[in-house]
Amino acid sequence: MSRFLTWLFGRLPIGWLQLSHNKTRLAAALAGVAFANLLVFMQLGILGALNNSTVAPYTLIRGDILVSSTEGDTLTDSGNIARTRMFQALGIAGVKSAVPLYIGTLPLSMGDGTSAALLTFGMDTAQPEFAAPWVARELDALNIESTALLDKGSRGVSASVFERLERGEPYAFEINGRTMTAIGTVDVGGGFLADGTLVVSDQTFLRFNPKRSGGAPSHILINVDDGASVQTVKTRLEAALPAESVKVQIMQDAAAADLAFMSTERPTGIIFGFGVLIGIIVGIVIVYQVLSTDVADHLKEYATFKAMGYDQPFFLGIVFEEALVLAIFGFIPGFLASSVLYKALASVTNLPVEMQAGTAILVFFGTLAACTLSGAIATRRLAAADPADLF
Amino acid sequence: MGPEHAITVVGLNHYFGHDEARKQAIWDVNLNIRKGSLTILMGPSGSGKTTLLTLIGCLRDVQEGSVHLLDQELRDAPEAVLVALRRKLGFIFQAHNLHESLTATQNVMMGLQVHGKGNARLQRAASHHMLGLVGLSDRLDYLPGNLSGGQKQRVAVARALVSNPDVIFADEPTAALDKVSGVSIVRMLKQLGQERGTTTVMVTHDNRILELADRIITLEEGRVVSDTSPI
Repeated sequence: MSRFLTWLFGRLPIGWLQLSHNKTRLAAALAGVAFANLLVFMQLGILGALNNSTVAPYTLIRGDILVSSTEGDTLTDSGNIARTRMFQALGIAGVKSAVPLYIGTLPLSMGDGTSAALLTFGMDTAQPEFAAPWVARELDALNIESTALLDKGSRGVSASVFERLERGEPYAFEINGRTMTAIGTVDVGGGFLADGTLVVSDQTFLRFNPKRSGGAPSHILINVDDGASVQTVKTRLEAALPAESVKVQIMQDAAAADLAFMSTERPTGIIFGFGVLIGIIVGIVIVYQVLSTDVADHLKEYATFKAMGYDQPFFLGIVFEEALVLAIFGFIPGFLASSVLYKALASVTNLPVEMQAGTAILVFFGTLAACTLSGAIATRRLAAADPADLF
Repeated sequence: MGPEHAITVVGLNHYFGHDEARKQAIWDVNLNIRKGSLTILMGPSGSGKTTLLTLIGCLRDVQEGSVHLLDQELRDAPEAVLVALRRKLGFIFQAHNLHESLTATQNVMMGLQVHGKGNARLQRAASHHMLGLVGLSDRLDYLPGNLSGGQKQRVAVARALVSNPDVIFADEPTAALDKVSGVSIVRMLKQLGQERGTTTVMVTHDNRILELADRIITLEEGRVVSDTSPI
C-alpha cells in the first residue's frame, strides 16, 4: 500500500503512514465513516423507495395528458373530477380520445385471516391504448365481473398465491365481504400508501366501491391526435376547463410533480431528506475529530518538517491524503453493510429499496466532499506547528 | 558581511512577552561565522543560546537588528524566502523529533524529499548510504519506537546531513550518545566543513567535543561574554 501511494503521490504517503500506525484509532475512524455512510445510504434508500413507489403506478397507464381535480395531490392521492370534463375535453381541437380512470383503496382479506390495503385502478377495458401494453393484454379478461390483476409485489399476500396465478389458476379473495377473483398479475410493488396494487375494470371498481360514482372518476386520461402538439392541446384544455377546479398536466410532468410533492411537502420525504443531512453532518464531525486529533498529535513532527523547509501545501496534502484514505476505506464497509440492509429491508417491507449505481456514486463523492471539508477545517490547527518551539 | 561568512549578526536584540511582561532575551549580539567552520554556543540555561540559534536558523522572526544567513537578510523576509532558505539548512534537535510513523529510512528520506529531486528509489538508496555512515545499516526499517535514544539521534543526524546542507544547526546533538558515538558525529560534521564547506552551529554542554570546535562562543544573560578559538 505504501509503495503504491508513494508512486501515486510522488512522495512518502505520510498521511497513510500516520493513520495506519495507530491501527486501533484507524479502525475506529473507519467505523465512524462507515456508520455515517450507512446512515446516509439508509435514508437515501428509503427516500428512493418513496420516490419509486410514487411513480411506479404511472407504469400501469398510458396517455399524453392527465386531467385531474385541483383537490388532489398526486396520481394515487387524488380528488374526484366530473366526468363531464371528459366530454368537454373531447370537443377540444387536437384531442383524439379520452377515458376516465378510477383510483381507490380496497381492503383485501384472505382465507387465512390476513389482510392488505390495495390501491385499486379501475380502467376502461374497451380502450386498451390507455393501459400499459402488459396490462392491455389482460384487459379483455377483466370484463368478467369481479376479476382483477393482483400485484406480485403486494405485502401480506403469500407467494403461493402468485405461484397459483402463474400456473393459470385463479385465486379468490374477499373485499368488503364480496368475492374478487385474481386472474393474473401486475408488478408494481408496495408503497407507503398501500400494500400493493389491484387492476380491475371500471365496472368492477364501481361495484366494489359503492360510494364512488361513475360520473366522478379520479382522473381523465387524454391522447392527442397523431402529429398534434401535446403542449398546444394542453394549453387549449387549460383555456377551456375551469382552472379553479381542474388541473391539466402532461403525463411526464405529472409524474415529476408527484415526486416533488412527496419529497418536499409530505412529512415522509422531508423526514428522510433531513435524515440524509444528519448523516452527512455526523460524517463531517467524525472525520473532523479524527483529522483534528491527528494533526494535534503530530504538531511536533509537522513543526520539524516546517523547519526542514516543507511548505503549507505539503501539510495540506497530508491532511487531505488522510481525508481521502478515510473516505475510501470508510465507504467500502458502509456500502457493503448498506447493500445487505437494503435487501433485508426490501424483503421485510416489499418496498422498492435497492442499491442504485447512481446512489452509490453520489454517496461516494459526497463522502469524498465531506471528508475534504472536514480536512479543510482541520488544517486550521496546522498553524499551531511552530518550528521555533522545537528547541 | 564578507563572502567568507555564512552568518553575520549585527545589533541583534530579541524580546519575549508584551507590555509589562516584556523581557529581553538577546542583548546587542554581533557575530560573523565563517563558512565551513564548526562553532559551539555555550552558556548556562536561560543564557539565550537556543534563542540565538533559532533566530539565525530562520525559525524565529528577527525583531531588532540584522541577521544575514547565506547572503539573505532574515529581518522582514517573506515566508516563501524563509521556506526556500530552510531547505539549505540542516537541523539536529536534542529531542530527535523523528516521525514515529516513519521508519529510519523514511525519516531520512524526508530530508531529501523536500528538495523534490530524484525518485523514491534514489532517495531510498541515498538514505541507506547515510544511515550506513552513522552506523545504522542494520536498523534501516526500524520505527523510532524500536530504536534506542542514541540510535534515534543518529537517524536525526543522518536526516540533517543527507541533503548536503550549507549550514547545520544542532541543539545538544551528542546528549543521547556515548562518548565514542558523540565524538564520531562531531568529527563527521567537522569533516563536512573541511570537505564541502558546510557550516555548523551547535549548542552543547558536552565538554568532550569542545576540542573539535573552531570557535566557542559563550553567552550569559543574552550577551556574548567570550568568543574564543581553541585550535
